[in-house]
Amino acid sequence: MKKFGIKGTNKSIKSNMITYLMVVAVYIIVQFIIATGSMSSLMQGLLVPLCIYSIVAIGLNLCVGYLGELSLGHAGFMCVGAFSSAFFTKYMLDSGMNETVRFILAIIIGTLVAAFFGFLIGIPVLRLRGDYLAIVTLAFGEIIKNVINVLYIGKDSTGLHFSIKDSASLNLEEEGTLIINGAKGIIGTPRQSTFTVGVILILISLVVVFHLVNSRTGRAIMAIRDNRIAAESVGINITKYKLMAFSISAAIAGAGGALYAHNLSTLTAQPANFGYNMSIMILVFVVLGGMGSFRGSIIAAVILTMLPEMLRGLADYRMLIYAIVLIAMMLFNWAPKSIEWRQRHSIKGMFQKKTKEVQ
Amino acid sequence: MSFISYLVNGISLGSIYAIIALGYTMVYGIAKMLNFAHGDVIMIGCYIVFTMMSGLEMNSLTSILLAIAGCTILGVVIEKIAYKPLRKASPLAVLITAIGVSYLLQNLALIIYGADTKSFSSVVEMEPIKLADGQLTISGVTIVAVVICIVIMIALMTFIKKSKSGQAMLAVSEDKDAAQLMGVNVNKTISMTFAIGSGLAAIAGVLLCSAYPTLTPYTGSMPGIKAFTAAVFGGIGSIPGAFIGGILLGIIEILGRAYISSQLSDAIVFTVLIIVLLVKPTGILGKPIHEKV
Amino acid sequence: MKKAISILLVIAMAAMGMVGCSNSDSSSKDEGSAAEAFYIGGIGPTTGEAAIYGTAAMNGAQIAVDEINEAGGINGTPIEFNFQDDQHNTTIAVNAYNTLKDWGMQILMGTVTTAPCIEVAGYTAQDNMFEVTPSASSTDVIVNDNVFQICFTDPNQGIASAQYIGENKIATKVAVIYDSSDVYSSGIEEKFEEEAANQNLEIVAKEAFTADSKTDFSTQLKKAQDAGAELVFLPIYYQEASTILKQADNMGYDPIFFGCDGLDGILNVAEFDTSLAEGVMLLTPFAADAEDEATQAFVSKYKDEYGGTPNQFAADGYDAIYTIKAAIEQAGATPDMSVSDMSDALKAAMTEITVQGLTGGEDGLTWEATGEVSKSPKAVIIQDGVYVGM
Repeated sequence: MKKFGIKGTNKSIKSNMITYLMVVAVYIIVQFIIATGSMSSLMQGLLVPLCIYSIVAIGLNLCVGYLGELSLGHAGFMCVGAFSSAFFTKYMLDSGMNETVRFILAIIIGTLVAAFFGFLIGIPVLRLRGDYLAIVTLAFGEIIKNVINVLYIGKDSTGLHFSIKDSASLNLEEEGTLIINGAKGIIGTPRQSTFTVGVILILISLVVVFHLVNSRTGRAIMAIRDNRIAAESVGINITKYKLMAFSISAAIAGAGGALYAHNLSTLTAQPANFGYNMSIMILVFVVLGGMGSFRGSIIAAVILTMLPEMLRGLADYRMLIYAIVLIAMMLFNWAPKSIEWRQRHSIKGMFQKKTKEVQ
Repeated sequence: MSFISYLVNGISLGSIYAIIALGYTMVYGIAKMLNFAHGDVIMIGCYIVFTMMSGLEMNSLTSILLAIAGCTILGVVIEKIAYKPLRKASPLAVLITAIGVSYLLQNLALIIYGADTKSFSSVVEMEPIKLADGQLTISGVTIVAVVICIVIMIALMTFIKKSKSGQAMLAVSEDKDAAQLMGVNVNKTISMTFAIGSGLAAIAGVLLCSAYPTLTPYTGSMPGIKAFTAAVFGGIGSIPGAFIGGILLGIIEILGRAYISSQLSDAIVFTVLIIVLLVKPTGILGKPIHEKV
Repeated sequence: MKKAISILLVIAMAAMGMVGCSNSDSSSKDEGSAAEAFYIGGIGPTTGEAAIYGTAAMNGAQIAVDEINEAGGINGTPIEFNFQDDQHNTTIAVNAYNTLKDWGMQILMGTVTTAPCIEVAGYTAQDNMFEVTPSASSTDVIVNDNVFQICFTDPNQGIASAQYIGENKIATKVAVIYDSSDVYSSGIEEKFEEEAANQNLEIVAKEAFTADSKTDFSTQLKKAQDAGAELVFLPIYYQEASTILKQADNMGYDPIFFGCDGLDGILNVAEFDTSLAEGVMLLTPFAADAEDEATQAFVSKYKDEYGGTPNQFAADGYDAIYTIKAAIEQAGATPDMSVSDMSDALKAAMTEITVQGLTGGEDGLTWEATGEVSKSPKAVIIQDGVYVGM
């Protein structure tokens, strides 16, 4: 438990500063490389997705690492954030609103809507434990995806029209426009997400989560994770703190979703981008990076997103190698034997007491 | 009459979910891990039968037996290489490794067999039963699936209750450390669980592809997730629970599609699941969690 | 410490990948620049659930590239072809596009599936890169003038199907089974429904399935049967259709099945009982067992190289490469032109050329400046396991 216990404040502040510095340093280095013109188009294209997955991984880590609840539905929150923000942008497209203001509002709306959904789902669901909670969040993600695929929303002079049947039943006027067109999703969102915006959002997310976990609230949340009954018996309001952490976690995922929506001009809710596979992928980032370590989540998200792109030279064997690397990394990172071996072979480990892993 | 027909379809789909769910629930009950690769073991089983039957022209029974043997070995090997080293680590770590194994199996199948769809010829050679002047047809696969499902469920329950190894499984599922102290070989028991679970996956795969005859490297993943849902629905870890959960899930899916909306059938299934879990947080037949203070 | 080591491990792995990747790339580029070549990139799913389409288009295109290079290239200049996987995912498609840009792509043959193509088309418009998509059929793909399609657009297919059924009086009571989570399928369905009203077709059942629930279709079929549909319209791909045919047979339901180009390939599903497809009608531009010389040569080459019978996606990929060749020849483009200049030259050339191709039918393929192809859909019916023209 040593790793997550209440450390000396100085130590945790130092660790947090390292994380901020890492993000800022990477940002500066990347800007420098772009300025010299030696960055490949692939890397430039990857910058925003890397930010997106880092943000969502930070959000999920709060839920898994600190709240101790397994969520398999974070792609669902991402989806909600993406669609609500893109909907807003699309709705305001002709209103003559300043682009930057519109984009900031869109991100805020995506975040808030996702937080609202997190709250809504959280009320009944957080009573469940462990794998039951996991399956309910998975179910939620699938419901969201399914509903968005049959959702039609159009806009004309009389206002908004909704339908869950088809676009014809919206009865739009001639000059009306379809905003969400069922499986075809939202097309024509301006691509406004940039690396700078992504990094700012990462930093904001980090400020939020660090502030939270180092506060009284954060200690209450961790107390609930470590021993619910003990926490309850000292008067901690379990439901309140759980809901709070879960909603914030969902909100951060929603912000990632908003960034996702504005990185692409076509937004569809397909199994590939918002299905349970994506939720699982984000969970992989969190577990591989180390539960409770936000820095680890960012690093794992960056590495695992880049890995398949770096393996493109292997053509058909690309995803196969990816799977093998994933298994190998898990075994190397988590197997007690491997941990022991590494401790024997690391200089630092010789001076450290054996630490126990958190479940 | 339509209603009964939908019900039969639901039971048919549900019995296949149930067999897959049995494998999930066994592994979960004993090894306490969600074996996400289970659905892909099913797919491998299908490909073995497909290769044997159409490539080597063996008869269906030999092919099925070979598939069961193949999947059993595969299950044990996966357990040895990917899961055993992590037995003392966090359950989440094993979950992620299982996902890695799932990707590995899918991509292996993709490289070996290609992305082309294979049409799986049914191994059940039984004429469909027609009732009520042909308005209601019950296909041979449905009957076989339901019967096999019940047989497997009873066999598993008897095995766990009566045999020594079964008792060892029960002991490991209750308390791993205590079982070890009592002289139960935990490693062997867990390996055996994986062997049985994967053997069941082969049978499930053959029935899945006999009823719904398209085979691709991704055939197992969605039914796998649905069956996992079914296992949770019935109370994960409980063998009769997996059966009931599977059948109910199949019926809900089909009836929801028939009477509410075919576009929203997934949403309906999962909404019912959420409601059931809220009313009964450990699933239909799940044991209540006792908390030690 | 634990983390530090794992990070090192991963970076090492990634670096290995990067080195491997850059090695293979630089070597191909060296050969290319020595011989001067047209750099044609391709994008489509070769892994993931949609792998079947991307792989087929890639193989078809590769055959065309090999043929052209053996015959001495385009105006004496060989083609370098590089196909990248997008897993049918918009984000990864953009990565694939950027990978190809780094490789030096001048012309894009892709992407194969619709949703990623709409996204990538935005980028090619921005870079003014000439793009020919073999099979992305939505009209949203061709909003910019640099993109041209080889396949029919979805609305076209929906309208043509309804007209064909109405004009030939095949049936009046129609059921539709479609994939509501798929852009292609729901696109056709929407237009079919609109046009059906004009053709006095009564849609008695409109049933959907989704990517997550496509194992069982008995309910949808039962509803169509109960509603008394004489014809079931299937604007879907052939994998699902093969299950639908089998389940309809199991329940003793025997309506006319009518499909679009997605249904092509159903006869070549390994071990599929083709007698089930007896009497199925479809509108398709390509038939693997057509008698003409070009198709037969293509099919036998495909079988030799990749095994199996090519489907419409393979034919579209093949035609896409030949279309690019024809456009280059017409425009007199040379590999030393900039991407943007080449795009402008080829765009102008596209409206002037006619490509026979495998999917051209009697009149060949011609293009409007909008990027939409004009070719005649062929209605075929499956009899005794082969397509017969209607």
